Formats: sequence, structure tokens, C-alpha cells
Amino acid sequence: MKGEIIAGTVIVVFFALFLYVAATNTGAEWGGADGEAEGVIKDLTGGSYEPWFEPLWEPPSGEIESLLFSLQAAIGAIVIGYFFGYYRGRQSRSRPEE
Amino acid sequence: MIPSQTNFILYGRVPNLARKNPTLEIGSDLLHIMEGFLPHPWWEVWYALSLPVVVYGMYRMNQLVKERRETLPLLALAGAFIFVLSSLKLPSVTGSSSHPTGTGMGSILFGPAITAVLSLIVLVYQALFLAHGGITTLGANVFSMGIAGPAVAYLVYKGCVRSNLNFYVSIFLAASLADWATYLVTSLQLALAFPSATGGVVGSFYAFGTVFAITQVPLAIVEGVITALIFKYIIQVKGEVMVRLKVIDEKRLGKLREVISA
Repeated sequence: MKGEIIAGTVIVVFFALFLYVAATNTGAEWGGADGEAEGVIKDLTGGSYEPWFEPLWEPPSGEIESLLFSLQAAIGAIVIGYFFGYYRGRQSRSRPEE
Repeated sequence: MIPSQTNFILYGRVPNLARKNPTLEIGSDLLHIMEGFLPHPWWEVWYALSLPVVVYGMYRMNQLVKERRETLPLLALAGAFIFVLSSLKLPSVTGSSSHPTGTGMGSILFGPAITAVLSLIVLVYQALFLAHGGITTLGANVFSMGIAGPAVAYLVYKGCVRSNLNFYVSIFLAASLADWATYLVTSLQLALAFPSATGGVVGSFYAFGTVFAITQVPLAIVEGVITALIFKYIIQVKGEVMVRLKVIDEKRLGKLREVISA
């Protein structure tokens, strides 16, 4: 049980920190890509760098992007859940006294 | 330099999407170098460095699956772990977001070469379907996430085992440092390609590195803790396969299992 408590505590602290930063920094750092979209590479190269290749396809909207990201997480989670479910189930069946 | 500028460099499509929806910036990311942002000759260099490792990894993976069929479920687990963790874009204390890599686990179990192959699968998925990272920068991204990070995890874990450190602490250190090293290598790759006019490569590395490194520390800690916890469950259900993979020895496995069931 100790491992779970430690992991849980770390995750709670992590999100508490995030909430604290989000509450004290009123959005200044989270947005504003419009004005600053020049980028550090342009600073460093004196504004001469242009990306030489464009993505072949990009998600048409933020919603579709999140969809594909959650799909990625879901595929992974199914495999992890199956793995532990299957082997733990098998283990407890081979020890019926428990 | 402020974080949103960095986001732009490393995550190309954000500015376009952000124009439609400003809150999207929160979802931006620092991990992969975006499409078209590594000039000649650097993208070729990283391809050339990554390719042999990936080919060797495929060979090793084939061999492993043929000779030790019982490791296949663990291999799937390691791949799935990378899938989940690298899809979780988490906000960090610096006000920008990034995601863990999940490569530490694969590397501890199977070594860096096989982990490079697993990372390649995730990176191709993200480059093709999410415009996250890119095909031209794939070599560089495989190198940082699939090779450099896992190599750090592997070495740290082996070092910890040799010095007889607590098993879970070893896993934690290996996984967190792998995550962190991935970011440092990304910074280095960018610095090499874009040396600053005044400070050269070092100046650029400092500029890219400071922002990434700080953003990534809390994420690396979370990744380390989660990886350690998952290993507790692996010990319970598949510990004997870990012994066969020479991750731990029989005696240690017995002790760890005693602690868990106590």
C-alpha cells in the first residue's frame, strides 16, 4: 500500500502546484502566441529561418487533435489494463485459498 | 525568452490553431522538434545516428520474441506505457505544458535498442496523425526520446543495482533521469542547429535548456513515481520473466515479493 500512497501524494502535489501557478499567474504565460510567434529561432538566426517542410497532414481543429491524443492514450490503457487484469486473474485462480 | 516562444519552435502547428483558439496554447509541448525545423545537415545527421540503433533494436526484438515467447506481453506493456505517458500533456509550474516519455520502463526491461523501436512507433503515430514532431525531424526525435533517454535509464538502473540501492528508488531515478535527459538532448539538438550569434552553441543551449529543464522537473518526478509503482505490479505478476531478462536476480525478487504480500 505504501507505493500507492507515495504515488498518489506526488500526483496530488503536482496538480496542486499547477493550480497554484494557474491561480497566481493570471493567464499571462499561457496564452498570447499571436504576438510572440516570431520565435527564438528567428531571434537566433536574425529572422532568416523558414521551416523547409510542412506536415503532410495536420488535425483540422483542436478538438480533432485532442481526439487523436486521447485515442493514443486509450490504446495504451487498454493494453495495460488487459495485461494486469489477465495475469492477476490467472494468479488468483491458481491460488484458490486466497 | 518566454515559454510561449519556445512552444512555437517546438510545436509548429500551435500558432495556427492558437489563432483560432487562444487557449490551445496550454496544450502546446516542448518535447519533439517540429516538422521542417531542423535544417540541413542536422536532420540527416540525426537520422544517420538513429538508424543503426533502430535496425539493431528490431533485430534484438525479433530474436527476443522468437526465443523467449513469454516476454511478449511485457514488451506490449512497455510499448503501451510509452503510448499512454507520451499522450498525457501535463501543465507544469513554468506555465507551459509538456509530456512525459514513458521510455524508462522499456529500457530497464529490454535495454535501449528495443526501446528505440517502441519509441519510433509512437513518434510516427504522432508525426503522421497529430502534426506533432515530424517526418523530417523523426531521426532527431528518435535519438532524444528513443535512444538518449533510454540509455540514461539503462545506465542509471544498472549503476543503482550494483550499488545495492532500494529497487523502487533505482527505478524512480532511472525513469526520471531518462525523461529529463530527453529534454536536455532536444535542447542540445536545437542549439547545434541554431547556435546563437553571440554565445554560439553554448549560448543557444542555455537559452533552450533553461526553459525545458525547469518545465520538465516536476513531470520527470511524476513519471519516475508512476514507473516505480507499475514495477511493483510487474513484480507481482511477471517477476520471473524479469529474472530471465536479467533485470533482477532470484533472491531480490523473493525479497520484494515478501514485502508486497506482507
